[in-house]
Amino acid sequence: MSKSRRHFLIRVLAGLSAGVLAGCDAITNSSWGPKVLGAGERANRGAQRALTGKSALAQEFSEADLSPDFRSNGTANPSDEAYQRLAKDQFKDWSLKVGGLVHTPTQLSLAQLRTMKARTQITRHDCVEGWSAIGKWTGVPLSEVLALAQPQPTARYVVFYCADPMDDDGTRYYESIDLDEAHHPQTILAYELNGQALPVKNGAPIRVRVERQLGYKMAKYIMRIELVADLKPVGGGNGGYWEDQGYEWYAGI
Amino acid sequence: MTPTERRYRYLRHTWPVRLMHWINLIALTILLLSGLQIFNAHPSLYWGKSSYSGRPPVLQMYETQSANGDAVGITELFGKRFHTTGLFGVSKDADGTLTERGFPSWLTIPGNQFLAMGRRWHFFFAWLFVVNGLLYLAYSIASRHLSRDLAPTRQDWRSVGRSILDHLRLKHPRGEASKHYNVLQKVTYLTVIFGLLPLLILMGLAMSPRMDSLLPGWIDLVGGRQSARTLHFLAATLLVLFVFIHVFEVIVTGLWNNLRSMITGRYEVEDP
Repeated sequence: MSKSRRHFLIRVLAGLSAGVLAGCDAITNSSWGPKVLGAGERANRGAQRALTGKSALAQEFSEADLSPDFRSNGTANPSDEAYQRLAKDQFKDWSLKVGGLVHTPTQLSLAQLRTMKARTQITRHDCVEGWSAIGKWTGVPLSEVLALAQPQPTARYVVFYCADPMDDDGTRYYESIDLDEAHHPQTILAYELNGQALPVKNGAPIRVRVERQLGYKMAKYIMRIELVADLKPVGGGNGGYWEDQGYEWYAGI
Repeated sequence: MTPTERRYRYLRHTWPVRLMHWINLIALTILLLSGLQIFNAHPSLYWGKSSYSGRPPVLQMYETQSANGDAVGITELFGKRFHTTGLFGVSKDADGTLTERGFPSWLTIPGNQFLAMGRRWHFFFAWLFVVNGLLYLAYSIASRHLSRDLAPTRQDWRSVGRSILDHLRLKHPRGEASKHYNVLQKVTYLTVIFGLLPLLILMGLAMSPRMDSLLPGWIDLVGGRQSARTLHFLAATLLVLFVFIHVFEVIVTGLWNNLRSMITGRYEVEDP
């Protein structure tokens, strides 16, 4: 190949790759691009639900696998006055409110939650960023709490409202899962990590464990649970704080 | 050129193979670049079930400060530190300022740090890649492309030594012999099709907490989820290496002839 032909080809290739990348960014920033691309993640959800059983368990580990320090991510200490007051008294005055589409709106203190049926599981926490940590969680199966509140037949989702402010506007963290996931045996409201009361950095007084999904589904600092028929009225309409920033509601991969 | 020399073109690649080849190129390019975007969200790789096991990462990219306060990009591989400012660890973002990032913005989709969108690109093209790959397999078996063109013959196996020497000398078959893949080519294609690409897909699935529940403990077969993430990255790196060699061979064995044969299907043969 002649030198000029080679230079021409290199220039064409460099131009082409810059053009492709710019084109991809234009699609990312368009109104339709993310929606079209979202088809891939919707397909993930369908395929994963078809391939794995509704109540198939996530892998559980042994004490030897525990991470020496279970790292904190996102909020490590909610900058909310009411929360700080509750934390000062080890959450004696905290209670979990369960409402929305339920027959019996319910309120449970931490002490009451601790007297209910408990489950302990050593599981791997997978963050959407790519890291994993292994911890031992103890808590009440969410299904037990739902059984007390008795969801109405129209309820389809469980929404968690949390104490941690996420921005200057005071938006607090919120997340949601469907009823199948809520009734999964490993879905627990954890109040202990590695045999100790759940530390503030990991979501005290309770965080939900949704072991077959990524970390952002596992809301920390839960204050209130609401059963709803539709996620549209929740936050920006996508079912969770990160979902409203573009992350997929179904976080199975 | 002597008057007795004979040049002719024949149909080397059928249209389904040509079409699927280019779809594959597009899908894998976007998978690579969006994959680097996803990697950048946590630019460290580990071996084992978790990232926090008390053992250091096998690979990490990060920023440190030099003595005079400049940002320095570090790539640490098996504990060995390399200064990679401008490329890995620290590189210029869109407005030209040095920022901490694993891979530079010209190697990621989207260019800026945007994990949620990187994932959308990645999964969309992952499906395209998988569907295209399955169609290719079905076609290759049904049309006998696999058994006729890709499976090494007994004669091929006997020519391995010579084929290695020929490749090293950049000596390539001409005439009738150029109409068939050589043995190294066949073995490489088969390794990529049945080894590297399935490994890449499987290790991607092994990172999924939902797929984890498919069979209890199956991810431990490769050492755990973080090992799977490392293997996913390693397989992608090997695939890039394959593409470099592939493109190099395409160039040295006749760029235009090869390109034409993958676009129109027609390959020119010169009988000596």
